[in-house]
Amino acid sequence: MIDYSRIPASEITPEAVYRRRRELIGLGLASPLLAVSGCTEAKAPIAANSGRSGPDGFTASDTLTRFEDITAYNNFYEFGTDKSDPARNAHSLRTKPWTVVIGGEAEITGSVPLEALLKPHTVQDRIYRLRCVEGWSMVIPWQGIPLADLIKRFKPTSKAKYVAFTSLADRSQMPGMAYNSIPWPYREGLRMDEAMNPLTLLATGLYGKPMPNQNGAPVRLVVPWKYGFKSIKSIVRIDFTEQMPKTSWNMLQPEEYGFYSNVNPAVDHPRWSQASERRIAGSDNKLFANRIATLPFNGYAAQVASLYRGMDLRKWF
Amino acid sequence: MDWRWFCLKTLAHALALLPAALLMHRALSDALGADPVAALTHQTGEWALRLLLLSLAMTPLRLILKQSWPIRFRRLIGLYAFFYASLHFAVYLFLDLGSYWSQIGADILKRPFITVGFTAWLLLLPLAVTSNRWMMRKLKESWQSLHRLVYAIGILAVVHYYWLVKSDVREPLLYAGILALLFAIRLKPRLHSLLASRKAADHGQKPA
Repeated sequence: MIDYSRIPASEITPEAVYRRRRELIGLGLASPLLAVSGCTEAKAPIAANSGRSGPDGFTASDTLTRFEDITAYNNFYEFGTDKSDPARNAHSLRTKPWTVVIGGEAEITGSVPLEALLKPHTVQDRIYRLRCVEGWSMVIPWQGIPLADLIKRFKPTSKAKYVAFTSLADRSQMPGMAYNSIPWPYREGLRMDEAMNPLTLLATGLYGKPMPNQNGAPVRLVVPWKYGFKSIKSIVRIDFTEQMPKTSWNMLQPEEYGFYSNVNPAVDHPRWSQASERRIAGSDNKLFANRIATLPFNGYAAQVASLYRGMDLRKWF
Repeated sequence: MDWRWFCLKTLAHALALLPAALLMHRALSDALGADPVAALTHQTGEWALRLLLLSLAMTPLRLILKQSWPIRFRRLIGLYAFFYASLHFAVYLFLDLGSYWSQIGADILKRPFITVGFTAWLLLLPLAVTSNRWMMRKLKESWQSLHRLVYAIGILAVVHYYWLVKSDVREPLLYAGILALLFAIRLKPRLHSLLASRKAADHGQKPA
């Protein structure tokens, strides 16, 4: 476990370096001219949804979203339903101490302090595209641990077919809960093989900084091939279950939000098309940025399509 | 028109254009947040709805104040409602859909909230075109019936907003409440006169 408070500010990777890092990684997709002239790609126009990643999907060649956009435009209804509400209100979230209850069909269960939960694991870097069901998307450099590594430690039994996640629901810290926009607490879930996929991340930070409160501090899920609402924030419970767990948006509007909610341009949300998206990235004014095509599984088909082989994705949306 | 009316009308124009000017300024200086196209779509739509409700409030205001001046602002406000609705539609069409124009047909046909919003804008067109003295004279009584379309437009606009939101319906319901109140105030005197005439009729039937 990294104690961020003990890391000197100079050790935290500044944003500019983060952006240049992609050139250093050298996926060779950025314009060589730009690289030579030393321009950061954040200045480059937003290209079409490249969908290009390393073979493992852990990095993306897309232009990054600015830290200030990632932290000012959030859906976190516990702090209000306007996308600017979480940045305004989430300062009241107390992230220390934090415990996560591990329960259900596993050999080891119980209440675990966050430090102990994360300690045995090495924090890894991931650059993932995040596609919101509302039709916008970001590209976010996360830090976190693969969920699979954590799950293995608790030895789920053969009965564990699904993993259920629960967000904190504390009215004293979360002013948005005064209005029942969602039946609290917020709930999400994954099938066991989805949870074990190497892409699935339990994120503890972004841009090399501890997870900002409005982004789901101190620990949240990131499932890059599913619509953003599956990536549940501020997790306090992880349960292994035999039955498909109930999930919040599905409970609210089952005909609009399925359990799987894989990004799929071919299956429209009943109220809006999912064929394209507004990419929030780079430092140019996004007023005249063109929409880009949405890719099946948000561009992670190579890594996850096999999980759904033989399933009718129109039925299991 | 005397100079006081001229000043008042100028002020009304300035006030009605102010949101558009502020939005334009914020849009061009990249001050609309992470998703400026969504912000611009939402804001222009909300101003269209506000001005539409304000134009619908002029008749009730005349009834309450028992003065005729609110009516003199009705056309101006109504035309600005159309102006913001057109901006709203243009932002969606040119800034949001942009190169994805092929999506527009499917959007209008398949997404009920867009169908309803588009219908509201289409219905506003004939009202905007006939909002001048020449057309009023030309259409005579039918002008009045044509402009009653605004009630339907008000309902469509509120439904458009209500169907758009994911779960927090407070704001659309607030606008729906205001619309219902405006309708109620208009209907009240008619209801009264209807009741009065019934009563009179009842009295008339009673044997002396």
